[in-house]
Amino acid sequence: MKVVLQNLTKIFPSRNKKVKGEVVAVNDFTFEIPDGKLIGLLGPSGCGKSTTLYMISGLQKPTSGKIFFGDDDVTELSTENRGIGLVFQNYALYPHMTVKQNIMFPLQNLQGADKLSKAEMLERAETAAKLVQIDDLMDRKPSELSGGQQQRVAIARALVKMPRVLLLDEPLSNLDARLRLQTREEIRRIQKETGITTVFVTHDQEEAMSISDMIVVMKLGVVQQIGKPQDVYDDPTNLFVAKFLGTPPINVFNGRVKDGTVYIGEDAVVTGTDVSDREVIIGIRPEGFELDENGPLQCTLSNVEVMGRDVSIVSKNDASVNPVIRSIINSDHKIDTTVETVRYSVKLHKFFLFDKETEERIYFEVK
Amino acid sequence: MVDNKQQWKAWIYLSPAIVLLLIFTVWPIFNTVRMAFLENYSGLQAAGGKTFEFGIQNFVKVVKYRKFVSCLKNTVILCVTTVPISTLLALLIAVALNSIKPLQKILQTIFFLPYVTNSIAIGMVFAAMFNIVGSFYGTENEIVVTAGIVNNVIEFLGGKTINWINYGSTYTANMIVMIVYIVWNALPFKILVLLGGLQSINKQYYDAAKVDSTPRRRVFTHITVPLLSPMLAYVIITGFIGGFKEYTSIVGIFGENMGPADDAGRLNTMVGFIYDALETNSQGRASAAALILFGIILVVTMINTQVSKKRVHY
Repeated sequence: MKVVLQNLTKIFPSRNKKVKGEVVAVNDFTFEIPDGKLIGLLGPSGCGKSTTLYMISGLQKPTSGKIFFGDDDVTELSTENRGIGLVFQNYALYPHMTVKQNIMFPLQNLQGADKLSKAEMLERAETAAKLVQIDDLMDRKPSELSGGQQQRVAIARALVKMPRVLLLDEPLSNLDARLRLQTREEIRRIQKETGITTVFVTHDQEEAMSISDMIVVMKLGVVQQIGKPQDVYDDPTNLFVAKFLGTPPINVFNGRVKDGTVYIGEDAVVTGTDVSDREVIIGIRPEGFELDENGPLQCTLSNVEVMGRDVSIVSKNDASVNPVIRSIINSDHKIDTTVETVRYSVKLHKFFLFDKETEERIYFEVK
Repeated sequence: MVDNKQQWKAWIYLSPAIVLLLIFTVWPIFNTVRMAFLENYSGLQAAGGKTFEFGIQNFVKVVKYRKFVSCLKNTVILCVTTVPISTLLALLIAVALNSIKPLQKILQTIFFLPYVTNSIAIGMVFAAMFNIVGSFYGTENEIVVTAGIVNNVIEFLGGKTINWINYGSTYTANMIVMIVYIVWNALPFKILVLLGGLQSINKQYYDAAKVDSTPRRRVFTHITVPLLSPMLAYVIITGFIGGFKEYTSIVGIFGENMGPADDAGRLNTMVGFIYDALETNSQGRASAAALILFGIILVVTMINTQVSKKRVHY
């Protein structure tokens, strides 16, 4: 089931009657979610990603715009009739029901032709529980479960009725690091197995990038970029997207272009571009640096962190926006930690220019 | 450890409360038990220097009293009818109130008004609503000034005038009036407690139920009621305790007669029985009846809490 969002806008009126002004939570969001894909809505808090999710679920009505499931216009359809599964951030498990009762609850609501026998319900509940590995907790109450277990019950409850669209609101936010890694793989596996079009909301870019077919990066209600995770990472449309994706984050410098040469401080990092003379913001991915004795970019070495496979070099430069520059170098390189200055050359495909004012990407070619 | 000096201070601070509790709570309880077990105890005779033997004659007398059975019956009937009816009505009204946005505050106030109104005053208004004013009622020369607003409505709907509370009225008619009045009087407190409970239920449960396409009736029975069960248990238990102490409501409608003019005392309750015993200076019998009432309330409350242990979730 593809999901189409058409000029979706949500405006919240001001709560305070004395202060006029309204909050545009989601602004003119248009996107077609392809059938059977896993989509990550990504952005910092307050960017409208949850509001978008709740509009797809029908729990919130869009101020304007339309939502289609397949070819059906569901904009006016109530949540009950949309056939979606939703995992709430705070689980919203019914506290008075056991895990089994919680998972079976959606099935017991089925009516008419979809009505299931008790044995069928039990079987499907058990299958769903096995899928999320909670089949040994079926008779417990939610209050007797850990946060991670509750989250998995919530996922099982959403999946058990085979929804047309599965929506997950920060599904992994309450899990510890290891379980999070494991669960996200599981969500991916479950999604692939069931083929249910899935939208999930997260503020964790790593989470979104690792399992999504496509990610949507949002900021203050406005979609910044939509694409495959790797494409968005490799080709950000603006400084916000570049900064938001990637761990460690992109290194940002103030710089300028003169006669086609890009300068960081006095260092001519890249020469021969077709960019006109102007002040620019320069972004270089950590893996975009190469140790080079004759490299143009000079930085003061702070320390070297060895992380097994890679080596992370922490250095400083006056033009850097962040206090330190972090570069990741293959550990095959021998690094002399006693030197005061490291010299880098940069990989052009990890090197981005942004307009100083608009922070939009400046695309360039090197002659 | 608190040293001795500090302990003395603590006792001094506590003393006003302790003294008052001893005089007005502990001693009366003890005295009630004492009087109940002294044969035919009478306060007047005790003041005159008479001594009484220890025995259970008071209890035997109470149980043998013809009126005791009728008082107990009235009390039990009123309890088992009004508590479920008023709880159910309060639940429905609270859910309805909770689901409307406009006028909610005003309606809440209106529903709560009976709680702050004197129950004797309400009783008199109810009596006026059911009262037939006139004379020779039921005879050929009857003169009816007004049959009361309730009968007016019944007549308007094509029914026949019913003698609710006047001379010659039936026990059933009397009881219906009492039940209507007690239910109405009990509603505000219950609505308040249940509405408070409803408003503290996390809205997300309802969102989750919506997502799962839960029919409204099922949302009510499977989500609202279980999540409200602690409040429901509270309302039911206090309702039964209050019900067994029913007295003023009957005075409110029937006056101290405790029944229609031709059958005074017909609607008397357990508390009324105790008052009657006190009026004839039979403190022993009154105390015994009070202890029996206490025992009944204790047992009913224990049953209630046992049931609610199974029914009240979390």
